[in-house]
Amino acid sequence: MRSVSIIGAGCTRFGERWDDSLRDLVVETGIMALEDTSVSGEEIDGLYVGNMSGGRFVEQEHIGALISDCAGLSRLHVPSTRVEAACASGGLALRQAVLAVASGYSDVVIAAGVEKMTDVTGGVAADALAAAADREWECFFGATFPALYAMIARLHMHRFGTTREELAAVAVKNHHNGCMNPISQYQMEISVDKVMRSPLVADPLRVLDCSPITDGAAAVVLAPTEVASKYSDAPIKILAAAQASDTLALHDRRDITTLDASVYAARKAFDQAGLEPKDIDLAEVHDAFTIGEIVAIEDLGFVEKGEGGRAAEEGLTAIGGKIPINTSGGLKACGHPVGATGIKQAYELVLQLRGEAGKRQVEGAEVGLTHNVGGCGGTALVHIMSR
Amino acid sequence: MPAGIVSYGVYIPKYRIRAQEIARVWGEREDMAQNLNVFEKSVPDFDEDAVTIGVEAARNAVKRASIDPARIGAIYAGSESHPYAVKPTGTIVGEAIGVDHQLTAADFEFACKAGTAAVQACLGLVTANLIDLGLAIGTDTSQGAPGDALEYTAAAGAAAYVIGRENLAAEIEGFYSFTTDTPDFWRREGMPYPEHGGRFTGEPGYFKHVLSATRGLLKKMRTIPEDYDYAVFHQPNGKFPVRVAGQLGFSREQIEPGLVVPWIGNTYSGSSLIGLAATLDVARPGERIFLASFGSGAGSDAFSIKVCDGIEDVRDRAPKVRDYFENVQYLDYAVYAKHKGKLRL
Amino acid sequence: MSTVPRFWRHIPQRYNLVGTHCEKCDEYYYPPRTICPNCRRNAKMEDHKFAGIGTVVTYTTIYNATDDFKRQTPYNLAIIKLDEGPRLTGQVICSPDEIKIGMKVKPVFRILGKEGDRGIIYYGTKFVPVEGSV
Repeated sequence: MRSVSIIGAGCTRFGERWDDSLRDLVVETGIMALEDTSVSGEEIDGLYVGNMSGGRFVEQEHIGALISDCAGLSRLHVPSTRVEAACASGGLALRQAVLAVASGYSDVVIAAGVEKMTDVTGGVAADALAAAADREWECFFGATFPALYAMIARLHMHRFGTTREELAAVAVKNHHNGCMNPISQYQMEISVDKVMRSPLVADPLRVLDCSPITDGAAAVVLAPTEVASKYSDAPIKILAAAQASDTLALHDRRDITTLDASVYAARKAFDQAGLEPKDIDLAEVHDAFTIGEIVAIEDLGFVEKGEGGRAAEEGLTAIGGKIPINTSGGLKACGHPVGATGIKQAYELVLQLRGEAGKRQVEGAEVGLTHNVGGCGGTALVHIMSR
Repeated sequence: MPAGIVSYGVYIPKYRIRAQEIARVWGEREDMAQNLNVFEKSVPDFDEDAVTIGVEAARNAVKRASIDPARIGAIYAGSESHPYAVKPTGTIVGEAIGVDHQLTAADFEFACKAGTAAVQACLGLVTANLIDLGLAIGTDTSQGAPGDALEYTAAAGAAAYVIGRENLAAEIEGFYSFTTDTPDFWRREGMPYPEHGGRFTGEPGYFKHVLSATRGLLKKMRTIPEDYDYAVFHQPNGKFPVRVAGQLGFSREQIEPGLVVPWIGNTYSGSSLIGLAATLDVARPGERIFLASFGSGAGSDAFSIKVCDGIEDVRDRAPKVRDYFENVQYLDYAVYAKHKGKLRL
Repeated sequence: MSTVPRFWRHIPQRYNLVGTHCEKCDEYYYPPRTICPNCRRNAKMEDHKFAGIGTVVTYTTIYNATDDFKRQTPYNLAIIKLDEGPRLTGQVICSPDEIKIGMKVKPVFRILGKEGDRGIIYYGTKFVPVEGSV
């Protein structure tokens, strides 16, 4: 198994992209990623794309063929695969692409992610997202996607004393980071007070605890590490690409306040990389809801179980803190075009590890981690990369 | 061969609205409640309908006498608020109580007497030995048009009766029905609220049929009102049953245990059957109950019922009617209207 | 959009809390499982009807719901641990300030949803607090 590196990366502006279709977004990010490297079209021998629900959002399946076609690669008959793991579709695409290159089966592979969510009304979008949960035994009984995370939050607060203000601090931090990220959907500061006064969605979660509906796409280009410097001045090496599954329904989990899939994927990733949590300089984690970030930093091993609540409030996870989390603005502020998020997380690490993150740069960043979750924890992907 | 009631169950939703609250909204006389002798009525929850409350009543009936649902050979569900115009309530209730599939079922409609008609149908199959047990249900989440007189009384409730030949809690000694074509109250297909003939619903409607059925049964049974310990009449309001009882020679004491309308309103197909259940909740073996239902359209089913020893074994094993008078929650008119779907979205 | 067969297929499971039980490892499952995660292909699965009494493990009150449930907000959703062991997701009918972790609940038969004005009505099981109910 050979080592794999990222030789190019691109990401569209995230937001409500009324003028752009799913196809437009894909082309936009593909061009950005390829212009970031000197690889030519003829050298691409595989495409992987993460897309949760082209069918529900734009009535389009067969996304793999669509991407290859839009990219002008169908005449070269490049193999193109769409993968789906709800909100972890992007991370899944990345791992599949890594495996393709690591195995020796392919040399230059693009891993992309795209979601076009605003062509349907909010109600349809919410229902499409609910398909990440257990349709038969959670949704049928009245569960909404925020409701599941709200139940995690409620139990976390009950067991560990995590407070409403601590949840809000996560949103505040991520918005602050988003202000410094040109591709972020939201580029405005918010306050704890504003979060606490936003309307209730599913108690205790309020509107400002929840990531938005977003359009966007991102792509990274992968090549074997041994030839990466041929294509890029600053290739980023992938040290680990790990994945784990867990029960679909929240009620079947071993511990409702822990995403075991995150724990197992992280453990495998640290094993693969030969590293520990303390070796990580920054991480992009899955904050679909503020409680998601709190639980993630516990599950990934950055803090002890139950201590995640205090981290944002105490500045532990700020850009200058001990373990900067979601410098991109996270899902909350940067936006969450579902299939694209996992790749956007990789894009953020590429910028940070190259020292190109501008105002949100983490000083001396050398090793980063991405954490991408499907649904409320049925799938988790953890990647570790370094300069 | 004797046949009758093996078990019974009721269900009344926990919300109430007071008559004076409805009167307040429509600017009606303040003593409306006294006028009708109905002080408050039951209101279903957002997620309740004639099917769900029928299920709860049927589950109580099954529980009360530990009925083996596999023995039920017929289910007849009577209502004027079946949620489907086409697709029977009875099959859903059957599935929810765990019947096996060897049974016949059909839904009944005859305004407020659909439930007693269902009892008669079950009796027929049971006494003919064609089925082992029959389940008769009267259930309604009835609607009164906003501002109409019926709004004070149209309520929600269900009663379920298991009819059989053995281990009787009460024997049905005989029945007599009086039926005519009388359009005193009706609802056209597709319309949300019923229409009624105002005062026409009294004499030519309720009184003519209840009086005729009662006199017919007393003559057939060769009994007189004094032979009965209790009497239950259909209760569209708290005045009619009291008046008709007086006209027939039944006393206030006889009808008291079964007179539930002042506290829950008119539960339509559930009405006389819930009144009967309230009476069975207190009656002792050997006592006799007279029951006469009334359904607009119009007809009345009268029954002569004798309480058996078996009542003592089963009576306390499931909720009684007056248990549903506890822990109620009062609504104001706005929330009530939301519950009843009167606010069009 | 019609989902009639999908709804119909699990009517006994939804109306009557029929789940499964692995006789080999004695674990109970609701919602029902065909494959026991402990024993996998060596399992001995049979149907099991749950009594429905349980305890609230965690809960939320939903203020933003899908169109079918819009008229009913706010409503409570909880993860309930049945006495026999398995946890399920269900609505608890009481006011938002009444519901508590550790509260004992029992099942009731209610409408779960409707496919608009013309489609099927979905029935199933919700829960009410044991205390204060008939």
